[in-house]
Amino acid sequence: MNLDAILAQTMLGLSQGVFYAMLSLGLAIIFGLLNVINFAHGALYMLGAFVALIGYSYIGPWLGYPDFQMGFWWALFVAPLVVGCFGMLMERFMLRRLYQFDHIYGLLLTFGVALVLQGVLSNYFNISGTAYPATPEMLNGIVNLGFMYFPKYRLFAIVLSIIVCFATWFMIERTSLGAVLRAGQENPKLVEAFGINVPRMVTLTFGFGVALAALAGVLAAPIYSVSPLMGADLIITVFAVVVIGGMGSILGAIVTGLTLGLVQGLTQALYPPAANTVIFFIMVIVLLIRPAGLFGKADG
Amino acid sequence: MNKVFWVLLIVLGLAAPWLMYPVFAMKLLCFALFACAFNLLLGYVGLLSFGHAAFFGGAAYITGHVITAWGFAPLPGILTGTLFAMVLGAIFGALAIRRQGIYFAMITLALAQIIFFLALKLPFTGGENGLQGIPRGTLLGVFDLNQPITMYYFVFAIFMAGFLIIYRTIHSPFGQILTAIRENEPRARSLGYNVERFKLIAFTLSATLAGTAGATKSVIFQFASLTDVHWQMSGEVVLMTLLGGMGTLFGPIAGAAAVITLQDELASFGSWVQVAIGGIFVVCVLLFRRGFVGELARMLKAKSS
Repeated sequence: MNLDAILAQTMLGLSQGVFYAMLSLGLAIIFGLLNVINFAHGALYMLGAFVALIGYSYIGPWLGYPDFQMGFWWALFVAPLVVGCFGMLMERFMLRRLYQFDHIYGLLLTFGVALVLQGVLSNYFNISGTAYPATPEMLNGIVNLGFMYFPKYRLFAIVLSIIVCFATWFMIERTSLGAVLRAGQENPKLVEAFGINVPRMVTLTFGFGVALAALAGVLAAPIYSVSPLMGADLIITVFAVVVIGGMGSILGAIVTGLTLGLVQGLTQALYPPAANTVIFFIMVIVLLIRPAGLFGKADG
Repeated sequence: MNKVFWVLLIVLGLAAPWLMYPVFAMKLLCFALFACAFNLLLGYVGLLSFGHAAFFGGAAYITGHVITAWGFAPLPGILTGTLFAMVLGAIFGALAIRRQGIYFAMITLALAQIIFFLALKLPFTGGENGLQGIPRGTLLGVFDLNQPITMYYFVFAIFMAGFLIIYRTIHSPFGQILTAIRENEPRARSLGYNVERFKLIAFTLSATLAGTAGATKSVIFQFASLTDVHWQMSGEVVLMTLLGGMGTLFGPIAGAAAVITLQDELASFGSWVQVAIGGIFVVCVLLFRRGFVGELARMLKAKSS
C-alpha cells in the first residue's frame, strides 16, 4: 500500500464525507430549533435525486412535451425547492401537532413518512437503481490532482458541498438572521415577544434543512445510481455521525461528517471488510469515552 | 377488564390452529411475543429502541446455525439463540443507556446496523440468501415438530411463558420502579434508585425475550434471513406496539395481529405494503397515540366513572 493509493482512497472518502456533512448539518439545524430528529431526512435526500431524474427523463413525456428536459444545473435549484416545500408542508400540517408531546413522536412520524416515500417510489422505479444520464458535459472526464487522477464531477461535488456547508455555518453563526434563529433555539417565547413569528421561522428552518438533504441528493445522483432505497442505509450512518459529533454545534456537524468520510475512505484502503461498519464502531468508542459526543453538550 | 382479555387470549390461543392456518397463527404468536418484549421497554420504561431487530434476527440466525450445523435439538437451539440475544442486549443496553431520548433511538439503530452487516458478511450466515432448510426436529425426543398442530402448541407454550414473565415483571416492585423512571427519571434517581441499572436490566430482559421470539421464528419457518435483522423489522415492532397501545399489557398482541394480518392481506401488492405501514404510522402518531387497547381502556374508564 503506497501513499498515493491511500491519498486516492482519502479523496474518495472525502467525496462520501461531504454527503454525511450536508445531511448531518440539516439534521442538526432542524434538531436545534424543533427538537425533532427527522427520520425522513434520508428519504428526502432520495427524493431530491428523484426530482433531478424525473425532471430530466420523465416529466417532459408525462406533460406531453417530449423535448422538455430539466438539466443538472436547473435540478440543483429546483430539487431543493420542491423538496423544501414538501418539508414545509410536512412541518406545518403534521409535525406541528406533535410539539407538545414526547419528542419520540416526531421521530416516529417522520419514520412513517420515510416508509411512505420509499414505498411509493419503489412501485414505480427499479429498486436496484436507475442511472442519472444528465451529468453536464463540462464535468465529465478526470482531472490530475498531482497524486492521482480524480473524476471532475466528484471534485465539483466536494467543492460545492463544502461551500454550501460553510455558507450555512456563516449564515447561522455570523449574520443577524442566524442570531434570531439561535435565539429561537434558546428561548422561543422571548423571541416571539420581540415580534418575530416563531412558528413561521420553524417551518422555514425545517424547509431549509430538508432542502440541504435534497441538494445532497441531486449531487449524489450522477455518482450513485438513483434508487428508492439510496437514502435508507445512508441515514442510519448519518445518525451514527450525529451521535458521534453531538448536535450542539453547526460546525461540529460539518467537521464530524467530513472527518468520518475520510476515516471510512482510509478504512476502505487499509481493511476493506470494515469499511461499512467503521463509523458504527467509532460511535461505540465515543459513547464509552465521551458519551455526550465530541462537540455535544450533555443532553439532560 | 383484564380478566376478559386473559380468558380471550387463552381460549383463542388454544383454538387458533382450528380457526386459521397453523403457520399463520404461529407467526402471530411470534410477533406478538416480540412486540410484548419491545413494549416492556417502550411502554414501561419509556425507552424507544430502534434496534430490536438485532436481537430478534440475531437470535434467529444463531438458533438456525446451531440446529443446522451443530445438530442441536429445537429447545436447546431456541435457548442458545435466546442466550445470544441476552448477551447482545446487555452490551447494546450498556452502550445505549449512556444517552437519552432521541439519541437512545439513534444509537440502538446504529448498533443494530452492525449486526445487519455481520449477518450479510459472516461466513456462516449465507449472505443474501440467509440460512435455509433449518430442520424443525423433535421436541424432547418425543413430539414431532413437523406436525403443524404439535409445533403450534409448542410455540403457544413459549409465547405464554414469555408473556407471563413480562406480566410478572410489570407487576413486581421492580416493574413499579421502571414505571417511576418512565414518569420522572430525576425523581426516581433522587429517591436513591440506580436508574442506569434498572434501565439496563429492563433492556436486557426485553432483548432476551425478543431473541426468544426470533429464535422461535427461525424454527417455525425453517429459515433466518436478512429481513429479520433489517431496520425495517425494528420499525415494524415499534408500529405493532404503538398501534396496539404502548404501556398496555395486551395492546402489543392486538397490534401484532393487526400488522401481520395487514401484511398478509396486502402481500400481493408489492411495495404498497410499505406505503400502508408508513401511512398507519403517520395516522397513529397524529390521531391515536394510545393505540387500540389504550383507547378502549380509556373509553371503558370514561363510561364507568
